[in-house]
Amino acid sequence: MLRRFAPRNDGEGDLGSKTPQRSARRCGDLDLRRPNAYLAGVSIAEPELSLDLLPERFQRWFAARGWAPRDHQLALLDKARANRSALLIAPTGAGKTLAGFLPSLVELSSNLSPPAGRGRLVGAAGKSGEGADESLLEQAARSAEAPPHPALQAALAAPPSPRARGEGRGPPSRGLHTLYISPLKALAVDIARNLEAPIAQMKLPIRVETRTGDTPVSRRARQRKYPPDILLTTPEQLALLLASDDGPYLFGSLKRIVLDELHALVTSKRGDLLSLDLARLWRLAPQVRAIGLSATVADPDELARFLVPQPDGHALSADIVIAGGAAPPIVEMLDTKERLPWAGHSARHALAEIYDLIKANKTTLVFVNTRSQAEMLFQELWRMNDDNLAIALHHGSLDVGQRRKVEDAMAAGRLRAVVCTSSLDLGVDWGDVNLVVNVGAPKGSSRLMQRIGRANHRIDEASRAVLVPSNRFEVLECVAAIDAVAENAQDTPPQRKGALDVLAQHILGRACGEPFFADDLYAEVRSAAPYADLSRADFDDTLDFVATGGYALKSYERFARIKQDKQGKWRVANPRVRQSYRLNVGTIVEEAMLKVKLVRASRGAKSGSTGAIARGGKMLGQIEEGFIEGLTLGDTFVFGGEVVRYEALVEDQVYVSRAHDKDARVPSYLGGKFPLSTYLAERVRGLLAEPKSWRALPDQVREWLSLQSHASRVPAKRELVVETFPRANKYYLVCYPFEGRLAHQTLGMLLTRRLERARARPLGFVANEYALAVWGLGDLSHMIRHGRLDLDALFDPDMLGDDLEAWLAESALMKRTFRYCAIISGLIARRFAGEEKTKRQVLFSTDLVYDVLNKHQPDHVLLRAARADAATGLLDLRRVGDMLARIRGRIVHKELDRVSPLAVPVMLEIGREPVYGEASDELLAEAADELVREAMEGRDS
Amino acid sequence: MPGLVPGIHEYSIPPSSSWMAGTSPAMTTMFADPLPINDCIVTIAGATFVADLAGALYWEDERLLVVSDLHLEKGSSFAMRGVLLPPYDTVATLGRLGAVITRFDPKTVIALGDSFHDRDAHDRLSETNRDILVALQTRRDWIWIAGNHDPALPSNLGGSVADEVAIGPITFRHEPTGARGEIAGHLHPKARVSRRGRGVERRCFAGDGMRVVMPAFGSYAGGLNIRDAAFARLFRLDALIAHVLGDHRLHAIAASRCC
Repeated sequence: MLRRFAPRNDGEGDLGSKTPQRSARRCGDLDLRRPNAYLAGVSIAEPELSLDLLPERFQRWFAARGWAPRDHQLALLDKARANRSALLIAPTGAGKTLAGFLPSLVELSSNLSPPAGRGRLVGAAGKSGEGADESLLEQAARSAEAPPHPALQAALAAPPSPRARGEGRGPPSRGLHTLYISPLKALAVDIARNLEAPIAQMKLPIRVETRTGDTPVSRRARQRKYPPDILLTTPEQLALLLASDDGPYLFGSLKRIVLDELHALVTSKRGDLLSLDLARLWRLAPQVRAIGLSATVADPDELARFLVPQPDGHALSADIVIAGGAAPPIVEMLDTKERLPWAGHSARHALAEIYDLIKANKTTLVFVNTRSQAEMLFQELWRMNDDNLAIALHHGSLDVGQRRKVEDAMAAGRLRAVVCTSSLDLGVDWGDVNLVVNVGAPKGSSRLMQRIGRANHRIDEASRAVLVPSNRFEVLECVAAIDAVAENAQDTPPQRKGALDVLAQHILGRACGEPFFADDLYAEVRSAAPYADLSRADFDDTLDFVATGGYALKSYERFARIKQDKQGKWRVANPRVRQSYRLNVGTIVEEAMLKVKLVRASRGAKSGSTGAIARGGKMLGQIEEGFIEGLTLGDTFVFGGEVVRYEALVEDQVYVSRAHDKDARVPSYLGGKFPLSTYLAERVRGLLAEPKSWRALPDQVREWLSLQSHASRVPAKRELVVETFPRANKYYLVCYPFEGRLAHQTLGMLLTRRLERARARPLGFVANEYALAVWGLGDLSHMIRHGRLDLDALFDPDMLGDDLEAWLAESALMKRTFRYCAIISGLIARRFAGEEKTKRQVLFSTDLVYDVLNKHQPDHVLLRAARADAATGLLDLRRVGDMLARIRGRIVHKELDRVSPLAVPVMLEIGREPVYGEASDELLAEAADELVREAMEGRDS
Repeated sequence: MPGLVPGIHEYSIPPSSSWMAGTSPAMTTMFADPLPINDCIVTIAGATFVADLAGALYWEDERLLVVSDLHLEKGSSFAMRGVLLPPYDTVATLGRLGAVITRFDPKTVIALGDSFHDRDAHDRLSETNRDILVALQTRRDWIWIAGNHDPALPSNLGGSVADEVAIGPITFRHEPTGARGEIAGHLHPKARVSRRGRGVERRCFAGDGMRVVMPAFGSYAGGLNIRDAAFARLFRLDALIAHVLGDHRLHAIAASRCC
């Protein structure tokens, strides 16, 4: 799966070497006349790269700093000159951002002194005939005479056209040249700052501006009238600009698009949205060329498709430039002196050792997988922080102001450590981190490598990282991940198939801008790589959904949101629809978050009355509504680095007080947000199956596995071991698919349905990343022995048929998936015009809408979108399906008289993790029983 | 255990759960067949009613069925404002209403207000739904109580229109006042129960043996938590019992145990 890009003609090169090549050399040791060693073109031969690509002004600037342009920076300049789109794959610290902007800076500067003998590419901006000596001012004056995009005069009716602006009222504008898209607002702002230095130092007449959700209205208006040369923004803001009347004018002159952190963008629905916006830009500005900047990915060709319009019928990729690998990272696993826990994710056993690592290093980033783990670890570290080390906490639920403070202190070098979640996976570069500690399971090798890359952003020094497994299974995962990192093996997910709910949002946005013919839009949409295979039927259904809801019962024609005019062009039906689109653009649907406020404790322990709580209080941050819903008043949990007590919930605010308990009553409730990658899972299975490789494991783990092979069986690579055993009046079935918690939960739901039909009387199940345990009242061993339960039939892939359908119909996860689709597609507004509804005040429940729609029109396009999401999202159906196919005919049953060593971790999760399969009625019945008991007690006394 | 809990004479224990006796209550009926007994008996100011799992109350002595807050045509009401909810809510609501009517075959049906989601909603009823409604009304008295969403109902809907109806100790009105013997709607009560980090939220009857607030019956009708201040004005917390509509049965739960 991994493509290697070996040096072609490099004396230092070691063909076939496992370690990546070092190529990022400084001026002294780099012979720039030599054929470039680190480029891999997909379709073209590399010309000789030379400094000639770089105007003298730039060469002087590099030299003045004692730098030399890196090979990949020159390579991108070369691609630009050849008018090619390109994907740059480079590790952090490789000067990726500058590489992405160099072509733009060079082109924009060449307005002053264009390279001799080389004409500039002329786009629709109509700047033909530029003289070499033409000054910027002259040019600006000329563009004021002729609007940059003559075809768009009509569209300019609302905002004043350039002609109408008058002289000298704003900075000279040549039209927008480069658009930069970042997944993070903060990153866009940071990049803008970083661009200032070279532009100022080279005295380039280039105007750079950002546009984010925070940009004031006045600046937005100015940007539309007088576009900067380079605009830095996010996918959502781009969608808004494209849906405005200004879109065609604003983007008509566009020459370059720079897409940063592309590997992160394309894995989500934001990537789908961005791809559709790119498709629009290719129409508005056919001359535009894209540069994608990405960390290393499993399939660069596939990612490179994103950057160029897909022709009908076959795949096309942009050129690929691979920057020389960084020095290979030094990754170790903490070989703890303590006893390794059987289960759990706290890594409490290794706290002292983590603390010592922090103490021994200048600055350490401590990554964990969930917010609650971060909270716990932070709290515990401070408990032992006798040296008063500056240790900070950073996660997405903390108040933004608080997070900025931490980031600033980090950048200023005032912190010794930051305990953080994926909130710091991407983003702002802050040089001097010299150690990354990853606590818990790495989950995937690419994810781990990106995190490791956060240490030490200088490419030619090795990053250092220590992995701290929090339980025995995670040891296996860590060992597998370290091997994968050594081989530079990537496991980024495959290219998404574009989601229909995102398409619906885009169609509405398109109708808010210029009216369109359905045929044209269909062709345009299919030029976006994720939608290249979109069927006309799916497109038409989505269009119908946007117009009138897409219902079989045609009763909403008069309420249509978009309508066809006499020519047959679709346009938005009224201004309210447009306003609603603007308020609700975007694909990030966060779980409803509640504000957490610290107040003084109420006197009555379980009063729950909201009146007794003083309003106001210090804002601590935000917390998932789902977490709070699982609490009862008086429960304690860790938040913002301390143990707090749940006092009250009023609208969207959670009131908590300081609890003086040492431990929270409600423990961390999630193993991790990210599922174990299929690739790492396979490596873990490989490690298990090969006893010789156990030598790499700590003694405790090796003994554990040896015990397992004596007591039961260690799973071979492709087989599924199923153990059955009795324990305390119940009968258990434990299996080890290694497919991640989400897939195991789905499998658990489906298996219990089947076991019920087989009269095995299952009661519940619990899943972790590696295993699944089901228990019940029927003696499963006995049933299997006497042929009353056939394991092959139990695990037959046909469970993904009717059983799945029946379960999906009532699954809470499915309802949540549907809710996300309903919001993204625009069926339901997150925000209504003129009123800022809080999320708790929604006027109807999407669960109710789901129930009704599922019953009356099960093939509705939104239900189709929700099911497609379920395949890879919360239910991970695809992995369940792949696993069932893999283990077919390879099920090994072990009848045991007691729990096996390998089963201990998942068995320990019982009682710790929510038990799935508890029907709602049982939870309610339990509360009802309490009432009866209370009444009985009252009678006794 | 008759009489143990105020307002509850009999609390049905599903017969099919006997084989699980002694196991954790949380697990009992997880995979049991849908239960044959799915309602319970409640008294309100001395009168005896059957609380049905669908969210209706049936008064055997009077052969009278009460449902509240049907919110018919809520879907199209949103559609008018650009939120194109699936247009199947009315037929779904009427379908469930039909099932309850078939079950009890009442002499009188009272729709306790907010039967239509807005003032013009009855005009938007499709022909099909109008016919279903006429069929439901055939051979029985039908009383539309006026609600805040539908204060002025036309006469062509069949049945009669009233602000409130009093029969014996019981008064039927839309908005609860807290009076003794009152059966009201309007608030859409729902109850939430959390155990072991997992919560369940369902519609419920909210009552204390003297008065009751009915759950909303409409397919798209949302709910208001019984711990909201609106209920504190009507009930003492320690006396308030929620009869929660579970998947297969009703559950009587003290409001103080809800969250």
